[in-house]
Amino acid sequence: MLSIILKRLTQSVVVLFLVALISFLIFRYVGNPVDNLLGQEATVQQRAALEEALGLNQPIYEQYFDFVWSALHFDFGNSYRGALPVAELISSRLPATLELAFMSALFAIIIGIITGVYTAIRRNSFLSKFILSISLIGVSLPTFLIGVLLIWLFAVELKWLPSFGRGETIQLGWWSTGLLTLSGLKSLILPSITLGLYQLTLIMRLTRSEMLEVLDQDYVRFVRALGLSNKQVHFRHALPNTLIPVITIAGLQLGSIVAFAIVTETVFQWPGVGLLFINSVYFVDIPVMSAYLLLVGGLFVIINLIVDLLYLIIDPRIRDNQLIGKA
Amino acid sequence: MIKKLLTMASAVVMITTPTFSETIRWARAGDSITLDPHAQNEGPTHALAHQMYDPLLQRDMAGAIIPALATSWKALDNNPNVWRFKLRQGVKFHDGADFTSEDVVFSLNRAMADGSEMKELLSSIKDIRAVDTHTVDLETHGANPLLVNNLTNMFIMDKGWSEANNVLTPHDVAKGETNFATMNTNGTGAFILVSRSVDEKTVLKSNPNYWGNNLYPTEVSKIIYTPIQSAATRVAALLSGQVDIIQDVPVQDLDRVRETNGLKVATAAQNRVIFFGLDTAEGPTSNLKVRQAMNIAINREAIKKVVMRGQSDPTGVIMPPFVNGWTEKLNAYPKYDLEEAKKLMSEAGYEDGFSITLNCPNDRYINDEAICQSAVGMMGQIGIDVTLDAKPKAQHFPIAKGGEADFYMLGWGVPTFDSHYIFNYLVHTQTDKRGSWNPTGFSNSAVDAMIVSLESETDLGARDGTIAKIWGTVQDAQMYLPIHNQVLNWGMSKNIKFDVQPEDKPHFQFLSFE
Repeated sequence: MLSIILKRLTQSVVVLFLVALISFLIFRYVGNPVDNLLGQEATVQQRAALEEALGLNQPIYEQYFDFVWSALHFDFGNSYRGALPVAELISSRLPATLELAFMSALFAIIIGIITGVYTAIRRNSFLSKFILSISLIGVSLPTFLIGVLLIWLFAVELKWLPSFGRGETIQLGWWSTGLLTLSGLKSLILPSITLGLYQLTLIMRLTRSEMLEVLDQDYVRFVRALGLSNKQVHFRHALPNTLIPVITIAGLQLGSIVAFAIVTETVFQWPGVGLLFINSVYFVDIPVMSAYLLLVGGLFVIINLIVDLLYLIIDPRIRDNQLIGKA
Repeated sequence: MIKKLLTMASAVVMITTPTFSETIRWARAGDSITLDPHAQNEGPTHALAHQMYDPLLQRDMAGAIIPALATSWKALDNNPNVWRFKLRQGVKFHDGADFTSEDVVFSLNRAMADGSEMKELLSSIKDIRAVDTHTVDLETHGANPLLVNNLTNMFIMDKGWSEANNVLTPHDVAKGETNFATMNTNGTGAFILVSRSVDEKTVLKSNPNYWGNNLYPTEVSKIIYTPIQSAATRVAALLSGQVDIIQDVPVQDLDRVRETNGLKVATAAQNRVIFFGLDTAEGPTSNLKVRQAMNIAINREAIKKVVMRGQSDPTGVIMPPFVNGWTEKLNAYPKYDLEEAKKLMSEAGYEDGFSITLNCPNDRYINDEAICQSAVGMMGQIGIDVTLDAKPKAQHFPIAKGGEADFYMLGWGVPTFDSHYIFNYLVHTQTDKRGSWNPTGFSNSAVDAMIVSLESETDLGARDGTIAKIWGTVQDAQMYLPIHNQVLNWGMSKNIKFDVQPEDKPHFQFLSFE
């Protein structure tokens, strides 16, 4: 077990170096921050001087090594836009994104599994067919469109929910939370649905097909032959086996929820790291962009690691094989 | 426990969200970049700073210069190189400190320090002296008749406060600095900072000791400022009554806002002209006839009607109408004439046309990319095969001014309201100090000399004559193809009485309710 973790961790470090390298190669094409920093009145001379001072005229590999070296010391520099330390900026924005990601994951997993199981068990009912056709919307419509549609319906027409922002937040230490106020919770609803809808349909369809497959297997027939009730067959014996792949996918999707939050956050003016990243791209705020990409890269790596470990716990066969392998 | 917290929390929320009708909830596309008043020279940053800080003099909602912290100013009779400013008496900073001439001397010096983005506007200043506690002299290198035009966004900070908080210079991004003034303020303005969360929400309350309380309506008691980047969300926030005023209403949503009960749209010409630039040094566009043909092949009225939905003001000169030097004659745009354009093309030897790339921003001006798309079609009609290359502004600007582009779009605002500002950046030969936005290859030493002479010409009549002469040359050379001046649209509640400011900067002390 320990060796697996160590092996995984080494791989993760390599992945992170690659993420930093690729993001640096991309930065060459996002433009030049000097214009934003100096304003339109700057002379050619001043621009050249600032490029020199920021090290932008150095070869890309030198900039890369500088960045990696500072990042290893947890120094991500200062944002060009607003001049605040990047680490401080990101940590002040992270709670908003994590709360949003958490709520939409919760929404996607709970509703996804329930509807998935339902459509598998009552596969021919009208409601199942209805849910399945509605779910097509979740897969086929782009996130920003869903967001705009929801805003139009629930904020503009019905005036039930706010169209933007986080509402009132409460500061718990460095963590600002919107979960403890009414306006904060109301503000979470639309963005969470927008962000979670795609994951929801994915989880639902996966649960359904896994469940159908499991229900068709011999052991389920034997259990039925034993005379167990439908409820016991479905929930005690079939569901746990269904959930293994579902958990894997749901876990992996958590990373993409955080990454996809960029679009949702822009639509709802959600003050999280995604919105910060978008603004940084517009401003060519290289320190923030590189730190964000490292963060997301790191998040994916950690989530993958956790999912792998969960696998070991849930599925005894994998664990046992590993033990045998070690012996 | 959680339940208890929840009730407590909602109680707090109820107490802290007063329902004053005087509260203004204000939204626009972008947030201010920093609260440090000298660190950035950028519209939204200055617009927020104007609520909390005052300059010596400022532009009102109609764009005219009015006194702010200075009550009067004039060049000395015996020495035109010195401007004398009389300061307002009895003004206090938000922390209670008195406003005196030492604050002015300090602030202007700060605005000229390294790291300041405002220093270009003060480059003509040689010395700043306090004559007495409420008089300041600004001495310039040679006479500068238009100095006051450069001071309308030059905010005054308190010297004592700046010293106490170690913010003697603006933060220098190149040095990776950050300072107290980026998140805290102490101005003399009509509003006091209550809280700020970048890109999320900034709350201001009215200043009970504001010097203008008896001069201006000052009916707003609280401002809640939220940037909302997505245009659809911004409009939705206004339509659903979550904000009271938005800047940047997208043109396609104007009717929707207008037709909604309780809302209105206020419109005014903006101080920003949109145009195409052409490479005059190389390629087909180096031929004057080609440039003239392109100019009359642009159907400005069609762009206004189709692309801008009526929200633009077509023009024949790269100068907004507020600017000194503007005339009806210059503004008149040429007739759209395909026959004549084709004739010019064949005279130039390009009857079969040519291929060219049009570089265009896609996130900077109103419908920028769509304007470029329509230009592609219009140029196609006279045989010019245009490839459109639309990019975000951060990538577009280095191309547009680096001299790599043959055909590019640019917009230009004129904060000084004087033609010199246009000439200095767009017409003067590109050198280390001037012409930084003139990659067209246009270079005329006589014009360059005239541009420099504008900076110290004190005879305003002669100066205007020179301006007219330079415009004549620019119009003849046709290195720029003017399209239109942008129109500003602010959407707001019907009960708000507020004019649209030509620089797109609301000053909320001037707002009143009906």
